[in-house]
Amino acid sequence: MEGNPKIICFTCSWAFPEWEIEAPPNTGVIQVKCIGRLDPIVILESFAKRVDGIIVIGCSPPDCHFIEGNLYAERTINLLKKVITLAGLEPERLHLELVSPIENKSFLNLVERFVERIKSLGPLFKGKEVDEEILFNIQAAKQAVTWSRLRILSGRERKLTEKANAYGEKISQEEIDRLIEEVMGEEYIRSKIYLLTKEKPMSVEEISKRIGVDSPLVLQHIVALRRRGLLAMDRIEGYTPLYRALEVD
Amino acid sequence: MGSKVGAVLVVGGGVAGIQAALDLADSGFRVYLLDESPSIGGTMAQLDKTFPTNDCAMCILAPKLVAAGRHPNIHLITHAEVEGVEGEPGNFRVKIRRRARYVNPEKCTGCGVCARECPVEAIDEYDEGLSKRSAIYVKYVQAVPRTYVIDRERCIGCGTCKELCRAGAITYEDKDDITELSVGAIILAPGFEEFNPVVKSEYGYKRYPNVVTSIEFERILSASGPYGGIVLRPSDGRIPRKIAFIQCVGSRDSQIGNEYCSAACCMYAIKEAIIAKEHVPTKLECTIFYMDIRAYGKDFEKYYKRAMEEYGIRFVRARVASINEDPSTRNLILRYIVDEKPCEEEFDMVVLSIGMRPPKNAKKLADAVGIKLNEYGFCLTNPLSPIETSRPGVFVCGAFAGPKDIPESVAQASGAAAKAMGIVASERGKLVTSKVYPQERDVLGEEPRIGVFICHCGINIGGYVNVPEVTEYAKTLPNVVYAEHNLYTCSEDTQKRIKEKIIEYKLNRVVVASCTPRTHEPLFRETVREAGLNEYLFEMANIRDQCSWVHMHEPKAATEKAKDLIRSAVAKARMLRPLKKPMVNVIPVALVIGGGVSGMTAAVELARQGFEVHLVEREKELGGNLRRIYYLLEGEDPQEYLKNLINEVNKCSNIHVYLGAEVVEVSGFVGNFKSKILHGGEIKEIEHGVIIVATGATEYKPKEYLYGVDPRIITQRELEEMVYKGLFNAKTVAMIQCVGARNEENPNCSRICCSEAIKNALKIKEISPETEVYILYKDIRSYGFKEKYYHEALKKGVVFINYEDSRKPLVVKDGDRLRLVFWEPVLKQEIEIYPDLVVLSAAVVPNPDNRKVAEMLKVPLTKDGFFLEAHMKLRPVDFQTDGIFLCGLAHGPKSIDESISQACAAASRAATILSKSVLELEGIVASVDEDLCGGCRICEAVCPFGAIEMVEKEGKISAHVIEALCKGCGTCGSACPTKAIKPQHFTTEQILSQVKAILAG
Repeated sequence: MEGNPKIICFTCSWAFPEWEIEAPPNTGVIQVKCIGRLDPIVILESFAKRVDGIIVIGCSPPDCHFIEGNLYAERTINLLKKVITLAGLEPERLHLELVSPIENKSFLNLVERFVERIKSLGPLFKGKEVDEEILFNIQAAKQAVTWSRLRILSGRERKLTEKANAYGEKISQEEIDRLIEEVMGEEYIRSKIYLLTKEKPMSVEEISKRIGVDSPLVLQHIVALRRRGLLAMDRIEGYTPLYRALEVD
Repeated sequence: MGSKVGAVLVVGGGVAGIQAALDLADSGFRVYLLDESPSIGGTMAQLDKTFPTNDCAMCILAPKLVAAGRHPNIHLITHAEVEGVEGEPGNFRVKIRRRARYVNPEKCTGCGVCARECPVEAIDEYDEGLSKRSAIYVKYVQAVPRTYVIDRERCIGCGTCKELCRAGAITYEDKDDITELSVGAIILAPGFEEFNPVVKSEYGYKRYPNVVTSIEFERILSASGPYGGIVLRPSDGRIPRKIAFIQCVGSRDSQIGNEYCSAACCMYAIKEAIIAKEHVPTKLECTIFYMDIRAYGKDFEKYYKRAMEEYGIRFVRARVASINEDPSTRNLILRYIVDEKPCEEEFDMVVLSIGMRPPKNAKKLADAVGIKLNEYGFCLTNPLSPIETSRPGVFVCGAFAGPKDIPESVAQASGAAAKAMGIVASERGKLVTSKVYPQERDVLGEEPRIGVFICHCGINIGGYVNVPEVTEYAKTLPNVVYAEHNLYTCSEDTQKRIKEKIIEYKLNRVVVASCTPRTHEPLFRETVREAGLNEYLFEMANIRDQCSWVHMHEPKAATEKAKDLIRSAVAKARMLRPLKKPMVNVIPVALVIGGGVSGMTAAVELARQGFEVHLVEREKELGGNLRRIYYLLEGEDPQEYLKNLINEVNKCSNIHVYLGAEVVEVSGFVGNFKSKILHGGEIKEIEHGVIIVATGATEYKPKEYLYGVDPRIITQRELEEMVYKGLFNAKTVAMIQCVGARNEENPNCSRICCSEAIKNALKIKEISPETEVYILYKDIRSYGFKEKYYHEALKKGVVFINYEDSRKPLVVKDGDRLRLVFWEPVLKQEIEIYPDLVVLSAAVVPNPDNRKVAEMLKVPLTKDGFFLEAHMKLRPVDFQTDGIFLCGLAHGPKSIDESISQACAAASRAATILSKSVLELEGIVASVDEDLCGGCRICEAVCPFGAIEMVEKEGKISAHVIEALCKGCGTCGSACPTKAIKPQHFTTEQILSQVKAILAG
């Protein structure tokens, strides 16, 4: 595997003509109608399937065949870069390239340059224990973007910053970035707590040790998860309550 | 001068504001109930349990919330503030700013979908920051109104809620609006703010996660709180083993400028310690660090003793100097000094008993309304007019008038209502609408169609009983066509649901399985009535008090039992029949028994509203105990006040005073009493609609400390008289507290003696500064603002010496001299002094006539012989028997200002009846089948309420039920040999069907 990273390339059907889409053998190309279709879950699930890098190729702003699909994709990728950073991945492992047909760029070239960059980062999955930690983190990131809070915020981001919010005011990019970061931080930790307690009931302190988050904060997140009906107290052992995740469809 | 307006504005929707609003609305006035917060409920809604009865706070408050929310004459104005008041008593114009809510209350159903999907979180103030809520939220589950509100500071305007709201209630374009109200009077009840202990940096609040405030701890204890009612340490979520409570944090502390005592903290700390022990499944040690335990209220001392003896709560008289955290365990190390010895002790959690501060916007409100604040920033009042503010027509009640507990706030609130009624009495009934119920559906011919609503009661039931399983079971019972479960079946939104389901499923019987019918049956009956059913087609199963609470450790058995109880309730529901409520006319006249300050105040307040009053006093003159009070701690002249009050009584043409008289017989019932007054050797018969008991109390005649043996040993009262008459002449005075109180015989505290001793000590220091004064005490209980005078006495050199029951002081006659021997706890040695006067702070003991009066009125007394009110917390001046009220010392020891407040309260409660021409009474009464009745009179003999009379009709004598007196107990039915008399709603057939059903499991 060394020196030969596993890469996935998502590309839209319009950025390059069919015949120009050629890629190195280690790179799987998946065509979608528009990169606006890329659900964050797809990207994170791909990382979870042990790819070392993901490149997303779409059309540059004025050329999107679906008007603004590319712009939404841009926000999604920005969000995902933050999420994978939280999960301990280098943000460079996810790359978005927006091209215009008139630029005359080479598809192969773009991909090869990305492969080179990933090579220099080295493999994402290095050894058994580390891998498990990364896989767990990616699962947590995936859970975090599955719940509605982040999805709503990133889905509305463009409208709020570019047009106006419900009160007719524009929200600054800084403000929305700060809010998204705050929410992401919370949802990521909550996801970890949720996933861990799905395996077996755990106490605040066990969770705290396992995920490296201060125990008072863990308890606060447990309170929030309980309020959302995602977690329940399983039993009390001695002086210590144990919590378990609830199955929700 | 414009004409008067029959409406009153109540500012503040806590328990006090709600009580004032309900009294006014029930007496024929329109009420605007305004609250800054988006929902009413105040601080009480945040509490877990209440002392000294350990009632669940929400469970007793919720019915009042709902009653206020659905009252046709109460207009809720939430999320609003007062901006200005113009005009004069009787006719004020009030400018109100209603802050934008961004949710249309007319459309919002309270379903909560918006809050579930809102992506933005904020600190949950209701949970004291221990949890988070969304930017669109409702304050708490049972909130009234249950209309959501957008927290504009947190909301980013993403638009999600609007898209999800199926009711179309979201209005982002909402703006603050200013409205003007016309009202005749204003009542201020904005409550208080909690002291923020961050400034007491030695306690490490906010630095150490396991140091919490008492109000945070209430949320921690609460089933609806962040931890679901299990006490956890915020640092690691473990259950604590050892909790310390630190008293007087932000109270009795001149360093931070709050020198007053917050009046309620000792009791709530004891309560929190008791409840914590009950909530913690493992062993828990609780220690309370205090200066004085101020358990001065009715039956509080007994509660305090129970905490020590039954619950093993440890009390340490010590000021905690500092708290430090052990960073490895996050345990807390407390440093304190006991007996001069520095101690260090480790705890897992510390609760700071934080004091009450004036409400946050007190200054703004005072400016807007035009009233003055006192030196501490609370509303300025006078001890002889405790409900009046500095602006005529504006009244105050609750903690804004000074720190106080719930029953006192409630009493004062009713008192404020009476004061407001006094101003607008002429406008009674002019601005109200009476509630119109839909036409009652005739269900007699229908097959029973029963709907069952099962309550989780937060975790009270749901935590032990498998409610969904029980619901599925209920669906299988015969005639049950619908069943569902609710988080709180008593909440406003569930009432709406019940009504919808009655119509949707054509229900003709409703069963609620939840808590106790004693508190909640009226609410549910009202709900079914609003849906067009006769209110007696309703039945309750108590699956909380009788099931989940008693089977906390056996969830399976509890679930099965809940099924049994519901099966039984459903069986009875099947046989329920509609009942008619009897109506009685009301005689708008009051009888007040007792002509002391309480009785006179109640009489004047009622007379002011135009009601006729008969005031009966046993003595030859009016005034009662006040005749022997010559000074007040705060400086006012009580004799001047008394003179004026008596003048007012005598001037009032509609008050009939009977001196040297006695009520010898009372018959009849609410609205229609007949009484006999023995006056000047003659019996006078009167008819009246209500009775107010204000029989007062007396000073205990000590048997202790050689009282009566030596004239130099006197009581505080005697000392006061001596000083007043200029006969005081002593170089050394020793006062002994708690004489005849807080002992085996009389376990309760007499509440006023500490302040009385301080008052007299200060008076002595004033007229004879060189006289040495010693006060030997157990705890100094100068609660509330009276604390100031305790400080003053200390400053003036009055010597306070603590004694314990194990080492009581000793008074001996030593030749001509009096010798007083006591243990000095600081020097740790016995001291002897030779006082010229020994003054005993004698207890307040009940009027010996109470027993007779209680028997005559068929109302209960406490163990110690004071009158027992209907509910210690929320019905402080009512009796269980309708139409009879109490106030003043007859209720228990209290100061003059408290007696005045309570007397006004009794007048207000009485006015809710006197103001109606017709009263609707309870429909569950006995009925007689005259054909079957043999006229044997057994029922007449067994009836405890005298509700049966024998009537002759066409030569045949048969029993007849006086419906207004019948309490529906059914004793007559069990005794009747011919089954002619039937206690309705509890018929033999109904009970047997329950027996059969409950055994069928």
